Amino acid sequence: MTDLQTFRTQTRTWLDANCPAEMRTPIRSEADICWGGRNWAFQSDAQRRWLEVMAERGWTVPDWPEDYGGGGLSAEEASVLGQEMARIGARSPLTSFGISMLGPALLKFGTEEQKKHYLPQIARGEIRWCQGYSEPGAGSDLAGLQTKAEDIGDHWLVNGQKVWTSYADKADWIFCLVRTSAQSKQGGISFLLFDMETPGVSTRPILLISGSSPFCETFFDDVKVPKEQIVGEVNKGWDVAKYLLGHEREMIAGMGLGTGGTSVTLGPVVRPSEPLLRAEIAEFDVDALAFAAMNERFAAMWKAGEAHPASPSMMKYAGTELNKRRNELAMAGGGSDALEWDSERSRGGSAARAWLRSKGNSIEGGTSEIQLNIVAKHILRLPGT
Amino acid sequence: MSLLTDDQKMLQETAASFLAREGGIATQLRHWREIGCKDGFGHDLWKQFAELGLTGIGIPQSHGGLGLGATEAALVLEEIGRNLTPSPFLASAVVAARAIEGTQHAERWYPLILSGEAVLAVAIDEGPRHAPEQTAIEARRQGNGFVLNGAKQFVVQGASADMIVTLARTDGSAGGKEGLTLFAVSRDAVGLKVENVALVDSSKAARLSFDNVEIDADAVIGDVDAGWQPLQRALGAGRAGAAAELVGIASGATAMTLDYLRQRKQFGRLIGEFQSLQHRAAHLYTEIEIARAAAFKAAQLLDSGDEEAELYVSVAKAKAAGVANLAVRESVQMHGGIGMTDEHDIGLFMKRAAVLGELFGDVYYHRNRVAELSGY
Repeated sequence: MTDLQTFRTQTRTWLDANCPAEMRTPIRSEADICWGGRNWAFQSDAQRRWLEVMAERGWTVPDWPEDYGGGGLSAEEASVLGQEMARIGARSPLTSFGISMLGPALLKFGTEEQKKHYLPQIARGEIRWCQGYSEPGAGSDLAGLQTKAEDIGDHWLVNGQKVWTSYADKADWIFCLVRTSAQSKQGGISFLLFDMETPGVSTRPILLISGSSPFCETFFDDVKVPKEQIVGEVNKGWDVAKYLLGHEREMIAGMGLGTGGTSVTLGPVVRPSEPLLRAEIAEFDVDALAFAAMNERFAAMWKAGEAHPASPSMMKYAGTELNKRRNELAMAGGGSDALEWDSERSRGGSAARAWLRSKGNSIEGGTSEIQLNIVAKHILRLPGT
Repeated sequence: MSLLTDDQKMLQETAASFLAREGGIATQLRHWREIGCKDGFGHDLWKQFAELGLTGIGIPQSHGGLGLGATEAALVLEEIGRNLTPSPFLASAVVAARAIEGTQHAERWYPLILSGEAVLAVAIDEGPRHAPEQTAIEARRQGNGFVLNGAKQFVVQGASADMIVTLARTDGSAGGKEGLTLFAVSRDAVGLKVENVALVDSSKAARLSFDNVEIDADAVIGDVDAGWQPLQRALGAGRAGAAAELVGIASGATAMTLDYLRQRKQFGRLIGEFQSLQHRAAHLYTEIEIARAAAFKAAQLLDSGDEEAELYVSVAKAKAAGVANLAVRESVQMHGGIGMTDEHDIGLFMKRAAVLGELFGDVYYHRNRVAELSGY
């Protein structure tokens, strides 16, 4: 038996013994997702236990080094773990922007001290992070951000406003892009980390067309941030930001595959009776299955270092546009049932809310148009600005 | 999905350099078109395929072939698509070779396919749209053999073939998957009329009419009434292969178009600077990457004998044909007036994509098949 087969057998046995039955059921709603954090109220004992046993092994972040709270697994082993979890329908023990966005950036750009301090907290789900990127005047043109951080000796003084800060009202800490120099656009940005309980930080949720409030406006009024809480060098934060955006795009691209344990294809769910709708859904299913193949290929290439650095932009564009189509067709298939907004029958208007929420997929994390610009410039090397 | 192995990468490089050097548009496609070649491809080039072993890509090593799978065939076909190289590779070395695998016909034909001396064709369609279960051509038992009556069309390189793998009905009625049988029919069979038809892309496909064509019992490929399974095997290889060739066509046309966007000036600027064209080019690139992933996934599933292979074969064929169609339409449009001229090569990609898109089932056929295989 190869080492990998042994690992698979052992993993299977361990998961069988340790993954609670409740954590092997499909995710039905946002409430089933474990985000962790200082103020996290576990939905059930099973959710708490599942996080604890997985974090104990470092398997909330299986491929991070053990020194930083990870599992120290090779890419192949991490992939086996993913397969074995999928086999029993195990939920992810922990979902967080710390894992999917900040962690990879810290691993690449953080000091040894920062890694030792922040990464284990992320791995154990103790600190919930939010992302302070967009501003009212800096959306697609992100590098135009104006939130200012002044160096006043022993600390940074931060003033300004962020918008579209995901779950800022629930987060413990923020990773935040600030302007430390007006001399250069991209070259005047720094990457700060600070506690959301610091005096001067306030948040206000934004109600979306879907009826939910996953985003906030976040205000900074003379917020004092210790000097050492900067990632990378002063005025070099744009490099960290871009690297992190690649990971964010990769994560959002996954939406093309359907969320919450639904199938990749729509036809078996909708079972369309009208020929024209059936034809359109079949066209969608071809695209969805082809994209699933692309997603596998991209993941393998990314791990092997064979993917173009700008390819997450391609994946993000394709995945989000696909998810919007999925929701349009799910609404069509649902007919008037899908229009109900808060009935129990409609599970609180889940179809309509998901449909409306999906419209943001091709805006957040860089619009589809921005992704196409990036592909045209960096992959196709077309001329122009 | 696994990435390419070192051996596969080497094969890809060999095929890419060979076809770019020997299989280019000027020396092959345009040349044979201009002299009105009856085959639509060059036998000298086919001999070179043989020298490289490529004629035996899927033929088992025990028969002297390379014994490789759908994945390796896909690598070669993508390069064939990129160069629009006319050859019997798909119809003869991939599909027909697969159809006769494991039968006594392999003993006779494999050596001739390998050496490049013989070309085989496959006759399936009877109407303008692909529908193998609708096969109506009648094979009636007579004495120790069969008598065939009926007609076939879209038989790729049928007039150039020495033997034509023919799907006929030995039992049941049109629409049924039972009662179908594959026959090895010699092109010279008495009563078989072969009309050589030039298609839009200058390739050749035959219309066959069978008028009391008598064949021996040993012409049966596999078992009588059990042709559906070997047909699916051959069609799976053909559809996955056509998908890979379509990805090559899309890539080739798009590469040519991107070059044009980087060179052509209007309003004092390179037209590639215009965002309206950049976004369309970026969308096209994305779609081609997805189609390639689907084509490789289908090939890999076929090679590993996975039960999802049939589903992904149809996904790949539908996706690749759709994307190639988009690529050639966008390419001609972005070339402007020059793209409408016969002198420019870009129109040749449009023609080839149309033929391959139709072969072994078009996008509508395969979308429908995906729906059926998914239970709706």
